[in-house]
Amino acid sequence: MSVYSHVVAGQRHVFASLADLLAKASPERSGDQLAGLAAADAEERVAAQMALADLPLSVFLQEAIVPYEIDEVTRLILDTHDARAFAPVAHLTVGGFRDWLLSDLATAETLAALAPGLTPEMVAAVSKICRNQDLILIASKARVVTRFRNTIGLAGRLSTRLQPNHPTDDPAGIAASILDGLMYGNGDAVIGINPATDSIPGAETLLHMLDEVIRRYDIPTQSCVLTHVTNTIALVERGAPVDLVFQSIAGTEAANRSFGVDLKLLDEGREAGLSLGRGTVGDNVMYCETGQGSALSANAHHGCDQQTLEARAYAVARHLKPLLVNTVVGFIGPEYLYDGKQIIRAGLEDHFCGKLLGVPMGCDICYTNHAEADQNDMDDLLTLLGVAGINFIMGIPGSDDVMLNYQTTSFHDALYLRKVLGRRPAPEFEDWLTRIGIFEGAGLLAEGVPSAFRKAIEGGAAA
Amino acid sequence: MSDPLTPNGWQRLRALTPARIALGRAGVSLPTAPHLEFQLSHARARKAVHHPLDVEALERGIAGLGLESIVLDSAAPTRAVYLQRPDLGRKLSEASRQRLAARGAPVPCDVAFVVADGLSALAIEANAVGFLGTVVPMLRASGWTVGPVPVVTQARVAIGDEIGAALAASLVVVLIGERPGLSSPDSMGLYLTWAPKPGLTDEARNCISNVRAAGLSYAAAAHKLMFLMNEARRRRLTGVALKDEAETLAGPDTAPHRNFLLGD
Repeated sequence: MSVYSHVVAGQRHVFASLADLLAKASPERSGDQLAGLAAADAEERVAAQMALADLPLSVFLQEAIVPYEIDEVTRLILDTHDARAFAPVAHLTVGGFRDWLLSDLATAETLAALAPGLTPEMVAAVSKICRNQDLILIASKARVVTRFRNTIGLAGRLSTRLQPNHPTDDPAGIAASILDGLMYGNGDAVIGINPATDSIPGAETLLHMLDEVIRRYDIPTQSCVLTHVTNTIALVERGAPVDLVFQSIAGTEAANRSFGVDLKLLDEGREAGLSLGRGTVGDNVMYCETGQGSALSANAHHGCDQQTLEARAYAVARHLKPLLVNTVVGFIGPEYLYDGKQIIRAGLEDHFCGKLLGVPMGCDICYTNHAEADQNDMDDLLTLLGVAGINFIMGIPGSDDVMLNYQTTSFHDALYLRKVLGRRPAPEFEDWLTRIGIFEGAGLLAEGVPSAFRKAIEGGAAA
Repeated sequence: MSDPLTPNGWQRLRALTPARIALGRAGVSLPTAPHLEFQLSHARARKAVHHPLDVEALERGIAGLGLESIVLDSAAPTRAVYLQRPDLGRKLSEASRQRLAARGAPVPCDVAFVVADGLSALAIEANAVGFLGTVVPMLRASGWTVGPVPVVTQARVAIGDEIGAALAASLVVVLIGERPGLSSPDSMGLYLTWAPKPGLTDEARNCISNVRAAGLSYAAAAHKLMFLMNEARRRRLTGVALKDEAETLAGPDTAPHRNFLLGD
């Protein structure tokens, strides 16, 4: 294991390993402090960033931060590295790579071609020496487009996951939130439920319900019940109408094991989803969720900082060719991301790293009530990620998830972002919104309730 | 368009869910009234997180049930440290360890209830004594011996392991303030652990959540807890192995409504 050092103003700063250097170069956050990995002070952090900037990118192909022999995520990263794709930047240092990314050499086309040549550690490293505006500018140049029943991630588009959670999975309660979201033009990324009761029969009931709603109203979108991949495989075997296969994933083998998954099982989940052939315009069947701090919380971080490990989770995601990858940035709590400033920074880093690796990034722009954050912080991150070109965000009624007890972006928030940035829903979904009368003219909401839903609302109100 | 507000024609669906649906819009944005209602809810939830537990009132309430209380604190000295260092919230402070040790050899008991502020002292102030007043007489009637009741501040669930072991309790039930939701700042959780000892993880526990006035009633929570406790004692375990059947037998809390989107 190599030792790294950097001299600043006559003082030599020594970093015990590549992982130590990455951790100390990481912008301040509570999770790295909890793990005892963070820089002692701001000066040591900058010294680490300077040392990191001088490091050749190719170092990350020679030295693994989690040993190859004990970690299948490391093996996936190194064994699938595309040297030819890497060639245009192979001669650069981390600092030189930042300059390259900011320059006009980096375009949507060159970034797409480069993605298979980048490793998570490379993109994590360069993110650590980027300011927020760099993370936004560079990510805004990258495009990752995916398809199932519609097309997510095109330029000028912003999609939403409609998240109609209910504390007891009551079908009518869930339907009320679905209707609310559709009327606000939300739901093109997915209509995805976090079930309150995690059982196979419960998930099956919800899947049939979502499938019937999508078919009844002919909505060009996809459904998902966010249950463990083993449950979803069982549901496919039982003949349930599974659109997307969900799983939470992380950046080390041990952390994935704590989620009850490994790469083989994830591949099986994807195969199960593909076997149904339910996509109409594409076959991206996976929906993955991630979040900084999950490896530490599973005691599976191998002395690596949480942001680098988060980027490694995107290598797992990339392997699965997902429709959607969602970093649930503020959900984990203040012991990992203490306040609005840390949550905002992490959200921008995650989106940046995911997009550079070729992953269709969305973000659950969220916070819990024990974090030092509020709606204004979420407005900031929402706007910044919108400018950065995020593929999708969450949409829930009034920002209040009454099942998971946290706050994320509302249906209104998505409309705000579309309005200030001139973004539109996925094209197939936008056509449907216009056809059914939710939109009137060019992306404007109609005043009244469309006829297709009027009778259903009367029935619901009478129940 | 003369009115800047567009109401939603599905407000009556609000009866079907606690979610904040049909809020209407000003342009595409949240109208003033629901915006400020949200801000008030958030302010209340924040208060729940930072409100210090009224330990003395709790001690009086516990004494009123004929139980002894023991006041303890965790190794997290302040709320700010508590929020960033979950590891410290899982351990007793040195002073509290000594206080327990100074009591001498414990009298073994079937169950010890540990009352912990967790992330919402408001939830504990609102619900702990009321719930104990419901469940303790049921336990006594069934022949369970109930140990003294530690009241612990800046505490996380796992602190019950160390305390339960020190009190020689076969089973420990931690009453703890849950992470406050925007619409539920006063929600109490119950965590049940067989043979408590330091170093156990969450797989070893069973949880009953959302005990509060607008959630799971004391009677329903006590019924569920009694079921789990009897099963735990019979099978000498808690956790994942106890989970499925118990939760199935406990059944749903409410009858489901028909999905109106699929009505004819």
